[in-house]
Amino acid sequence: MASKRANQELPVIARFDVRHRNYLAPDGSINRPLPAFASDARLLVALYRSMMLLRLFDRKAVALQRTGRLGTYAVSLGQEAVSVGIASAMQEEDVLLPSYRDNGALIWRGVKLEEILLFWGGDERGNHFSGPVHDFPFCVPVGSQAPHAAGVAYAFKLRNEPRVAVCLFGDGATSKGDVYEAMNFAGVHRLPVVFVATNNQWAISVPLRLQTACETLAQKAVAAGFTGEQVDGNDVLAMRAAAEEAITAARDGKGPRFIEAVTYRLGDHTTSDDALRYRSTDEVQARWKEEPIARLRSYLVGQKLWSKADEEQLAAECNERVEAAVERYLATAPRPPETMFDHLYANLPEAYAAQRHELAGERDA
Amino acid sequence: MPEMTLVEALNLALARAMEDDPSVVVLGEDVGLNGGVFRATVGLEKRFGSERVLDTPLAELLISGLCVGMAAQGLKPVGEIQFMGFVYPCLDQLVNHASRMRNRTQGRLTCPMVLRTPHGAGIRAPEHHSESTEAMLAHIPGLRVVMPSSPESAYGLLLAAIRDPDPVVFLEPTRLYRAAKGEVEDNGEALPLDHAFVLRDGRDITMISWGAALKETAAAADALSAEGVLAEVVDLATLKPYDEETVLSSVAKTGRCLIVHEAARTGGFGAEIAATVAEHGLTSLLAPVTRVTGYDTIVPMARLEQHYMPSVDRIVTAARKLCQFG
Repeated sequence: MASKRANQELPVIARFDVRHRNYLAPDGSINRPLPAFASDARLLVALYRSMMLLRLFDRKAVALQRTGRLGTYAVSLGQEAVSVGIASAMQEEDVLLPSYRDNGALIWRGVKLEEILLFWGGDERGNHFSGPVHDFPFCVPVGSQAPHAAGVAYAFKLRNEPRVAVCLFGDGATSKGDVYEAMNFAGVHRLPVVFVATNNQWAISVPLRLQTACETLAQKAVAAGFTGEQVDGNDVLAMRAAAEEAITAARDGKGPRFIEAVTYRLGDHTTSDDALRYRSTDEVQARWKEEPIARLRSYLVGQKLWSKADEEQLAAECNERVEAAVERYLATAPRPPETMFDHLYANLPEAYAAQRHELAGERDA
Repeated sequence: MPEMTLVEALNLALARAMEDDPSVVVLGEDVGLNGGVFRATVGLEKRFGSERVLDTPLAELLISGLCVGMAAQGLKPVGEIQFMGFVYPCLDQLVNHASRMRNRTQGRLTCPMVLRTPHGAGIRAPEHHSESTEAMLAHIPGLRVVMPSSPESAYGLLLAAIRDPDPVVFLEPTRLYRAAKGEVEDNGEALPLDHAFVLRDGRDITMISWGAALKETAAAADALSAEGVLAEVVDLATLKPYDEETVLSSVAKTGRCLIVHEAARTGGFGAEIAATVAEHGLTSLLAPVTRVTGYDTIVPMARLEQHYMPSVDRIVTAARKLCQFG
């Protein structure tokens, strides 16, 4: 007992808080005063439209995969609000470093649907974004783009540019040293970077409880010396507000931020996965009640900002846009095989010229 | 021209590159005030500021990953890894990102970075400080792997590596850092990459090596010349992509090919050269292509490392055998 008392006398030298942000309840009702941008009806509708486009695009992409016209694909089902909300708060000159499930952010930033299809269809040209030319391509090795984000932000800071790097990854990535090393460095140099962990509860089949003993992922920012906030990732208003605040702070020289977006992966990990192997239909069904699109729709309808006719028109528009993109994707012929050498180096070294000729059949011709 | 050590020549090249190009950034552990554990970056922080010469946290993966991010944003990062034994956390970044950024974005983003690290044994260093795993790196498409062997080539090749628009792993022969001395003019002139250098003309045997092992190879050539054997010594300098033409034309002249490297034999880069000579130079051969290398063991710690590295004796013996073949 004596030692317990002695311990109580030890001073607390640091305390940390993790806050949770939410505005819209699952039924679309409001939990607390909305952020200023919520009075911009056009923006709210744009967010809604973008999430719907993503969902319909995903549906089509899966159909293409199931019919052998697309490779493995990762849907965003249930977590559309995260990537759309984050991207909507970025400026054009900012740089996005996405993971492979962040189509929503890329589309918002101007990457063409057919480019995304090209990538998942197995063509590197899909990463030659015609839109945000400085954005990074999808990162496949989980979390390994986090150090890049720190490097990009360092370049911004060195050149005194008011730009922000925004790095998206999943809950699984927070278990990797890459993410911690990047956050730690960003903290040391107060870099203009925002790290976003999309906590969709599952890293393929591994649930969050086997990923970490932490109560939140947001608190991982504490170890790197900056603020982490937990956000309802199914509330696009909360995502947008948190992103806006974090990105503005980063741009204003106040250093990095970390956002944990709590959501749920309603779909399989990818088209190659069968989530029924590791989680129950009941669990997924329960989570459908919280999904982000119905939630925002309820709010918009309640505010008389959205109608059934709008919904029908949007679906038709999205489908038309998706179909047109699919057509362009399917009409894109594969590159000539020897072009696999063409972007290996700035100039193909002499040593490999013969291999290129060999592949092109030019030697035999 | 002033005489200097190899590490001083590296320092001179770094300073020149930073002076010429404000986008060059040097980063690594202890590279700032301390000037690097081998002093390759000494004085740079004072001259160019701590924003361009930055001490990173102790995290090698981070150093390589930062380089990728910086390079994609138009900087020219030169990262330092303190010893080759610590380079492995960087492999993910080198294989998955640095080497393929240009290709996977079809030229939209590029990765003009340099990752410097000491290479090889021979300084009685602690465990994990003496590896020579260059073949692993030379296997990665999209990378360049470069290794100087003298103060002059250290200066010229490092400048070339920094100016190159693609990622370069720059391997520095640790035991030559201070042992190799030579005249270097700070004229800002780079040496060509992807180019092997004939250090010594000969007619009887081609001896190909790179990095520190060239020291013993050159000494072996001296010993052989006393016996009337004129060895041609080729410094490969760039391992990836390597200059097949210089190797093949030398072998075509001498008819004998001896490859010397410190790295373990199996899967070493010598195997690649031997394969090239077998494929394209077989008819000029008067004797089997032969390798003198480190053994297929873990590189031993200080007490035995001299027995591991190719010695002048081993090279001379192998060369004699080739010259007496048939």
